[in-house]
Order: sequence, then structure tokens, then C-alpha cells
Amino acid sequence: GSITTADGSALVKLGNTTVICGVKAELAAPAADSANKGYIVPNVELPSLCSERFRSGPPGEEAQAASQFIADVIENSQMIVKEDLCIANGKLAWVLYCDIICLDYDGNLLDASVFALLAALKNVQLPSVIINEETGLSEVNLKQKTPLTIRKHPVATSFAIFDDTLLIVDPTTEEEDLATGTVTIVTDEEGRLCSVHKPGGSPLTGAKLQDCITRAVTRHKEVKKLIDKVIKSIMPK
Amino acid sequence: EPLSEPGGRCRLRPFCCEQGLLSRPDGSAAFLQGDTSVLAGLYGPAEAKLSKELPDRAALEVLLRPKVGLPGVLERSREQQLRQTCEAVVLGVLHPRTAITLVLQVLSDAGSLLSCCLNAACMGLLDAGLPLSSLFCGVTCALGPDGTITLDPTARQEQVSLGTGVL
Repeated sequence: GSITTADGSALVKLGNTTVICGVKAELAAPAADSANKGYIVPNVELPSLCSERFRSGPPGEEAQAASQFIADVIENSQMIVKEDLCIANGKLAWVLYCDIICLDYDGNLLDASVFALLAALKNVQLPSVIINEETGLSEVNLKQKTPLTIRKHPVATSFAIFDDTLLIVDPTTEEEDLATGTVTIVTDEEGRLCSVHKPGGSPLTGAKLQDCITRAVTRHKEVKKLIDKVIKSIMPK
Repeated sequence: EPLSEPGGRCRLRPFCCEQGLLSRPDGSAAFLQGDTSVLAGLYGPAEAKLSKELPDRAALEVLLRPKVGLPGVLERSREQQLRQTCEAVVLGVLHPRTAITLVLQVLSDAGSLLSCCLNAACMGLLDAGLPLSSLFCGVTCALGPDGTITLDPTARQEQVSLGTGVL
């Protein structure tokens, strides 16, 4: 609940890397081909304030690739089922604009972004919407709020690969620059694999990959405990 | 065509490759996998802009153009994956302060696009005569709804699959 003007928000610090996520919910008509689905639009921004390597202007490759990664994680893990966002079939649905902004870039952007997104979505309170039968207009009741139904809790774990042998979890910027490759593994709470993101880089043996997956599952449990603790602490008693 | 063949399909669709078809780029290749085809053009090593040049190695740039529309976020993410894969094999240290540009044009997309792009990129690098430490290739696998594994899926098979992966 860091941003008061947003419907849901969260600030995450992984070492020095600071990422803030704000979720705004708006109403829109659903698409013609999927009348019962809402929209989730993630957008990762790397402003020039977070690091000297980013210039101001249109989003660079890293920001766009990260946005695509977050969209894939939401889609693959079925974190939010789009049918839940539908209010009236074919007429009205929620659009969740998730803006993930990096405030301090010290490596491991993907882990922090997924973490911030998850915490922000858990923080979202959607006002109840009723469609007036006579006028056909929607009435938003800001006093009655319900939290979002989040089905799965994906957590990302990143590893930096050095020369096919060494693996470092949660790399800092220095480690990432020197690394020959990176791999990010997203797991959900049942210990199942959601996605493996390995954009090129030096090759990795199957056994090492399996090792990464087991470590990612262990890390998931710790991260989940932390999120639950934080959410409980801000719940109004 | 069948949505998912019983027992999965462990054979690749017929593929073919043609090199040296464009006259202007230093290297070019067209890779066809079933109905998916990608054309790759390679320029390099060439003079790099001061802002982009690296002092100890060649700077690799990948541009992926979709069949219709302007390149979007998905293309950027694919470009990053292709760039990092190519950077791992191209011996950039032999050509410092130069730029290698790889342009890929999607001619038709009938499934397994990323692996077709990877294969076209590799053949393009070979045609340009760039020094490589090893060759790479891509294969897409799809996990069907009934738990069978299909290699090199078509677009319809990709849509109904539970998950796909490019190795």
C-alpha cells in the first residue's frame, strides 16, 4: 500500500534493487472474440534514474523484454484468470494496468518485478460494480471493496551462469555484467514449474538446470512466507 | 491436419535452407520449417557508431521484423533472446569496435517461429563467414493436452498445447 492513489501497490527491495509496482483498475468493454475476459496490462519501466546505463526516451530493449516476460508469467501461471475480471459478459470488464517501475537497478530485475507484482495484486481492492438494468450504465460503489482472487503465487528465481560451471543466485549488477549467461526459473506454490527463461548465453547442462529448479522451489517457500507476513501486517484489524 | 497426433510426433516437419540469396548483405539465409519461413540478412563486421561500439569485442544487434505490423514488445523480447544466443557463439573478440547487424524477416508463421529464427540466424552467420565457436540450432517442443510431446508443432498444435519450450 505504498501508493495511495493506486488501487494496489507494493515496494520491493532485493538488496539494493528497488522496484515499485502500482496497479490501477479501470473499466472497459471486453474484446469481441473473448467477451468474458478482462485485461491485465503489465508495463516495466526502467527510467534513467535507476541506473546510468538507461537513457530517457522510448523504452529500451531490456524494459520491453522484461514487460514481455511479466506478461508471460501472468499468462502461464494463471495467477489471475481473466474470466474473474469480467463484470458483465460482453459489456463490462476490469482492465488492470500494472506499472512496474525500477527505482534502483542493482541486478536481478526480473525476480524483484515478479515479487512486486504479486504483492501489489494481493493488495488490490476492487470496488463493486453493478449495472443498472434500466439505464444500462454502470454504478461503481467505492465504499464496498473486495480483494482480487489470486489463484497461483508464482515466484521467480534468477541465476547467473559463469563459464558453464558456476552459478550465483540473485546476481547484482557487477555479477550480471561479468556473467556469461542468466537463467530465470518461475515456480508456483505446488512446486511446479511455470516457466524457464534462458535468453541465450553460455550453455547449461541438464543436471545443473535440474539443480536450479530444486533451489527455486526452496526459495519459493521462503518468499511466500514473507509475502503472507506482510499482507497480514497491513490488514485492517 | 490433426490437432495432436496420438503418441506425440517425434519427427520434425520437412525443413530446407538456402544460403546466399541476397546480394547486398554480407551473409543471408532463408530457413523453411514446414510452412514457417524466416529470411535472415547479416551485415558485418562493419563500422560501429561511437555510442554503440565496445572496446574489446564486436557489438551484435538483432532486428526482428514481423510479417505484419510494426515490431512490438514480443519482437523485442525475441531479439534479446536471439542476441544473447548469438553473442555466446560469435567470437566477437576477433573484431573489436565493430558492429554486426542481423536482420530477420518473418515471411510466414505456422508455428515454431523462434526455433526457425534461431536456425536462420545460425545459417546466416555461417554464410557471412563470421568466426563462431560452435553451431546452434533450435527445436520447439509442445506438451499436448493429453500429455504427449510433439516436436516442431504447427500453429494449431501450439494453441492447444499446455506449454511449449524452445531448446
